[in-house]
Amino acid sequence: MKAFLILEDKTVFSGTSIGSAREVISEIVFNTSMTGYLEVLTDPSYAGQAVCMTYPLIGNYGICHADMESEKPWLDGYIVRELSRVPSNFRSEDTIQHFLEEHDIPGIAGIDTRKLTKILREKGTMNGMITTNADFDLEQVTEKLKAYKPTGVVKKVSCTQKSVLPGDGYKVALMDFGAKKNIARCLNQRGCQVTTYPAVTSAAEILADKPDGIMLSNGPGDPSEVTDIIREIRKLYESDVPIFAICLGHQLMALATGAQTYKLKYGHRGGNHPVKDLQSGKVYISSQNHGYAVDADTVDPDIAEVAFSNVNDKTVEGLRYKNKDIFTVQFHPEACPGPQDSNTLFDLFIKMMEVKKHA
Amino acid sequence: MPKNPNIKKVMVIGSGPIVIGQAAEFDYAGTQACRSLKEEGMEVVLVNSNPATIMTDKDIADRVYIEPLTVPVLEQLILKEKPDSLLPTLGGQAGLNLAMELEEKGFLKENGVRLIGTTSQTIKKAEDRLEFKETMEKIGEPIAPSLVVENVEDGAAFAQQIGYPVVLRPAYTLGGSGGGIAHNYQELVEILENGLRLSRVGQVLVERCIAGWKEIEYEVMRDSVGNCITVCNMENIDPVGVHTGDSIVVAPSQTLGDKEYQMLRTSALNIISELNITGGCNVQYALHPTSFEYCVIEVNPRVSRSSALASKATGYPIAKVAAKIALGYTLDEIKNAITGKTYASFEPTLDYCVVKIPRLPFDKFISASRKLTTQMKATGEVMSICTNFEGALMKAIRSLEQHVECLLDYDFSGLDHDDLLHQLSIVDDRRIWVIAEAIRKGISYEQIHAMTQIDVWFIDKIAILVEMEQWLRTEPLTPELLAEAKRIEFPDTVIARLTGKTAAEVKAMRKENGIIPVYKMVDTCAAEFDAETPYYYSCFGSEENEAEETRPEKKVLVLGSGPIRIGQGIEFDYCSVHSTWAFKEAGYETIIVNNNPETVSTDFDIADKLYFEPLTPEDVESIVDIEKPDGAVVQFGGQTAIKLTESLMKIGVPILGTKAEDVDAAEDRELFDEILEQCQIPRPSGGTVFTCEEAIEVANRLGYPVLVRPSYVLGGQGMQIATCDSEIVEFMNIINRIAQDHPILVDKYLQGKEIEVDAVCDGTDILIPGIMEHIERAGVHSGDSISVYPAQSLSQTTIDTIEEYTRRLARSLHVKGMINIQFIECQGKVYVIEVNPRSSRTVPYISKVTGIPIVKLATKVIIGETIRSLGYEPGLQKKADYIAIKMPVFSFEKIRGADISLGPEMKSTGECLGIAKTFNEALYKAFIGAGVQLPKHKKMIITVKDADKYEAISIGRRFEALGYEIYATRSTAKVLNENGVHAIKVNKLSQESPTVIDLLLEHRIDLVIDTPTQGRDKNRDGFMIRRIAIETGVNCLTSLDTANALLTSLESGEKQNLTLVDIATI
Repeated sequence: MKAFLILEDKTVFSGTSIGSAREVISEIVFNTSMTGYLEVLTDPSYAGQAVCMTYPLIGNYGICHADMESEKPWLDGYIVRELSRVPSNFRSEDTIQHFLEEHDIPGIAGIDTRKLTKILREKGTMNGMITTNADFDLEQVTEKLKAYKPTGVVKKVSCTQKSVLPGDGYKVALMDFGAKKNIARCLNQRGCQVTTYPAVTSAAEILADKPDGIMLSNGPGDPSEVTDIIREIRKLYESDVPIFAICLGHQLMALATGAQTYKLKYGHRGGNHPVKDLQSGKVYISSQNHGYAVDADTVDPDIAEVAFSNVNDKTVEGLRYKNKDIFTVQFHPEACPGPQDSNTLFDLFIKMMEVKKHA
Repeated sequence: MPKNPNIKKVMVIGSGPIVIGQAAEFDYAGTQACRSLKEEGMEVVLVNSNPATIMTDKDIADRVYIEPLTVPVLEQLILKEKPDSLLPTLGGQAGLNLAMELEEKGFLKENGVRLIGTTSQTIKKAEDRLEFKETMEKIGEPIAPSLVVENVEDGAAFAQQIGYPVVLRPAYTLGGSGGGIAHNYQELVEILENGLRLSRVGQVLVERCIAGWKEIEYEVMRDSVGNCITVCNMENIDPVGVHTGDSIVVAPSQTLGDKEYQMLRTSALNIISELNITGGCNVQYALHPTSFEYCVIEVNPRVSRSSALASKATGYPIAKVAAKIALGYTLDEIKNAITGKTYASFEPTLDYCVVKIPRLPFDKFISASRKLTTQMKATGEVMSICTNFEGALMKAIRSLEQHVECLLDYDFSGLDHDDLLHQLSIVDDRRIWVIAEAIRKGISYEQIHAMTQIDVWFIDKIAILVEMEQWLRTEPLTPELLAEAKRIEFPDTVIARLTGKTAAEVKAMRKENGIIPVYKMVDTCAAEFDAETPYYYSCFGSEENEAEETRPEKKVLVLGSGPIRIGQGIEFDYCSVHSTWAFKEAGYETIIVNNNPETVSTDFDIADKLYFEPLTPEDVESIVDIEKPDGAVVQFGGQTAIKLTESLMKIGVPILGTKAEDVDAAEDRELFDEILEQCQIPRPSGGTVFTCEEAIEVANRLGYPVLVRPSYVLGGQGMQIATCDSEIVEFMNIINRIAQDHPILVDKYLQGKEIEVDAVCDGTDILIPGIMEHIERAGVHSGDSISVYPAQSLSQTTIDTIEEYTRRLARSLHVKGMINIQFIECQGKVYVIEVNPRSSRTVPYISKVTGIPIVKLATKVIIGETIRSLGYEPGLQKKADYIAIKMPVFSFEKIRGADISLGPEMKSTGECLGIAKTFNEALYKAFIGAGVQLPKHKKMIITVKDADKYEAISIGRRFEALGYEIYATRSTAKVLNENGVHAIKVNKLSQESPTVIDLLLEHRIDLVIDTPTQGRDKNRDGFMIRRIAIETGVNCLTSLDTANALLTSLESGEKQNLTLVDIATI
């Protein structure tokens, strides 16, 4: 079946429908990872977005359910150049075609994904529609696209109930704004007992459970939108519990302490972004997925300092809070997909909790 | 960290002659690194014995020494030049080994030279089998159970313990020389004995056989503060068991999930960190196909063939970055030259798929075994880029120039189901064609996988290509089917074959339906950033074309020479690159088309635009359609480019320089004979034939011996000297295995002195930089002969005649640019035997020794200048102050079963130069450079054919005078002894022990002189003796002329102090 991708700037791509045939409007972004398509599909941070994979051959190693980063794919749509007709890997349990259908994810294949990427790079992230209806009215569609704004995504992807991953080490409260599974796994592997809380949990409730540390997770959407959550995070900031935050969590902590965030032209999504630890001078290759960033100029130097910065565009990649056991990163030390170079940051968090506990 | 201010003068060691396992990639890496060092203000001293390289140009380094790569020479050079640093990681294994020796003996320290880019500890940890194993164990990286042995007994005992099959890997050898898989005790003994001898340190690793696992490689970079990145990973389609240099390789990996990909990536970073490498490194893994188990196979702590491939596959300039790291820079301080925006501390990401196919020399060595093993056999490789795997594979296949353009071209259709299953178990270079046939015959993926261990994903991709063949055969050719066939890169010619249309009809249908390729950029970042460097590949079925036509005042298309093969080597890349530079200098916008990832010409900053594409008429035409160049130059890209002349003209691209019809006139026998007649130049008489019967008739008319050869080939491919009718039949059959578009030539064979000239002609005047004379008589291919400049033994009359003939020929052929002519002087008369109106393999060497930039002059002449306007006096130029001797270098030990005897078909893979004020010193240097370091044990074997017995006496006498103990087979011994040369008779192979073979296996023999019977050698003894000599590392000469030259060199005594010549001052 034919499918079309229509962009806000009136560009129309025609290709083949994959997954669900239903029509969808979404924000279109691109991801440059060469492996890890299933992790991308199931990363809740993509809620409200349709993802274009720049690597042209997708589905080569099939679907291994153990690699899913959440219970299901959260993205609105999937855009690829080519899906492999035969998956080959000893762990493969399914084909990507079937997986998309099963989860009702609409998508389009067979388009010039590089052209699409260049449009997004030049003009910035924009909205688009994936449809199998060939009789669309371009004017009407673009009107609709311009008016579209995804909202409420954090609450959509967050869990609704508290859950506990047992461990005999430190007690970590994980705030689930759309957490990738590997965050809890990384902590659990280090012995932590990880309690996951819904995004809307109050600070008082979390602090009442007396965690050794608080982990603010990644998640989707515009960080400045979730003012209620930011208010609670401010309270967590004011507690003296060690806090480690990733991606959206990092942005929310910055917002909670008076800094501002802004939307990047086309974001950072991929597994090859160099971030520099400004203290050691060391560069890590990191996994990233974010459309917003913390504005360094708005960070109050008395509150926090930039700890990591992006080597390519110098954007803020991490903040270290002053007189607090808090550090936050924009990138993903939990990887999945992507390089594991910065995985040691979890050890740093463990160390923080250890120091605190024995202080 | 900024660069180290104490580094000011850097010595760089090149990799020496091109041999299998160490080829053009090191010229690419070395050239890029030297340019990068100079960019940083370093004074660069370069040493490399290979004159065909671009790195040995005075434009590339400040001081250039084309000297033998030995420890004494390097010591002498260090004392002379006093560099403060030595960068050894760019010269392949050869460069690294030499640096290690200098470091180990304390010479570097004594002379205040620091090793940069690596340390001796790093090299040891990575290269010494035992230290490597300990290092890997220390950081918990798994390696296959193994033991380093220094004798056969220990090896056999360990193999018994871990179980056969076992893999044997000698330490410190290149291209896996002497390695192999042993399935039983006998094989173990055979391979192990050989490997122990070839290893520099007499060590061989015996390890668990992991054949059949996935072979995965990572290219990693690390700087001095410990920042690491991976440039890319690559997956070998051929599982472990085939040397990676002989495998079809795809980048990035296709069948690895993120978990496997990151597991190995993290491992590679751990390894490079533990080895403390500053620069580039290659890590090879075996990954179990059905678990997460993996083994580290090997680490190369230097730039390598794989790093050249990774550089071209991603756009990330590994050698350039490695050189900057060696100077002290960190990755985040080095700009990514492709994007101009990002930094070197960034991992390239691909939005396309890259396939590399090795170029194997079995068309040259038809008697050799095609079996692929852990011993590398490829002389070169091609790379292709496409947005899908099928397309990349198809593009790579047609880039090989081996008469294959699709998966039908090695025909296995005659095999039935069982034969095919058996054929699938044979690991050779035609395996993907066998798989295609198996799919056609309905053999299941699972069965194919079971026989080959090749991943099902790749088998399915081959099946997609086979299905398309079937559709094209049976379905009507609709625009949709055509578009799909083009998307997976079926060339028009193949579509035509399968649909019964003509290629022109297919092309017309494509154009009518808008099915044309677009060009995409290789930009390191999958379009995330705007890139500055126009490095393109084509694909069908995409919308946006990124290669916009530019409209400069003048634009030229330079056609490259494709994969490195015997007969068409790195020399042609030298010519293409220099021509490109000369065009640039003259204000042209330059475009290079080539498909060889190992070369300088495909570096991103050589031409203004680079198209990484197959060199076929269709592929080039599509580029022309976009670029609309003012002209194309074909005379620098060897036969590959020349072959494209006709199709370029057809599509209206002017050929710059010598016209196509004149090129034809030189190749077309009848036209050429007319020209010779007009010019009153004699040539050996001959005729043109198509069939065997015609050939026999011509041969009998001329009288044997005769020379039989196809036209339009390079390197004397298929050329043979026939002495009787039955040999004519044999040779004609070999030539006609491939359909010949052009007639086959049969000429009277004259045994005289061979002379070669390269000249530049501007239409009126000629410039001859010098005359070269071959040591070996005619009959040995010029590429395999020792060549001497200036000619030493020619009379003034002969020299004048040669100059005059060159002038007449160049004018009659209306040559504009380069011409290469080969002459024979026989009984005082000069004959022309071959004219090539193009650049030749001697051009780089003669340019360097005379200091005359021939390619540049030829290019300027092509665009309208004259020899006089360029400041040169026409005619034969004054002799240079130096004598330069070009010595061929062979890779026979790598090709099991190849006949090493020299003849009209070229067999050498590379060359080195000896340059000195005197003939003897130049000759000595040339032999040393080629690895002929005698005497050692002062024992030799002589076995010559009857016709050579008389000449063998004086050779024997001279060796005897040098103190040699001579062994000879029965009849040779008899002649020697009768003439007062003491020779010990040894038995032939069929006789009782001790035979010649036993003697060779004692490892006490310096040299074998074995002249084969004329024509193809059918004497199994001779063949066996030569093979065993080569495989046991004994020098073996098959021409008495070479033996005489060696004697001359030995008699002049060992040179303690060589005069080292800085060719930058010539």
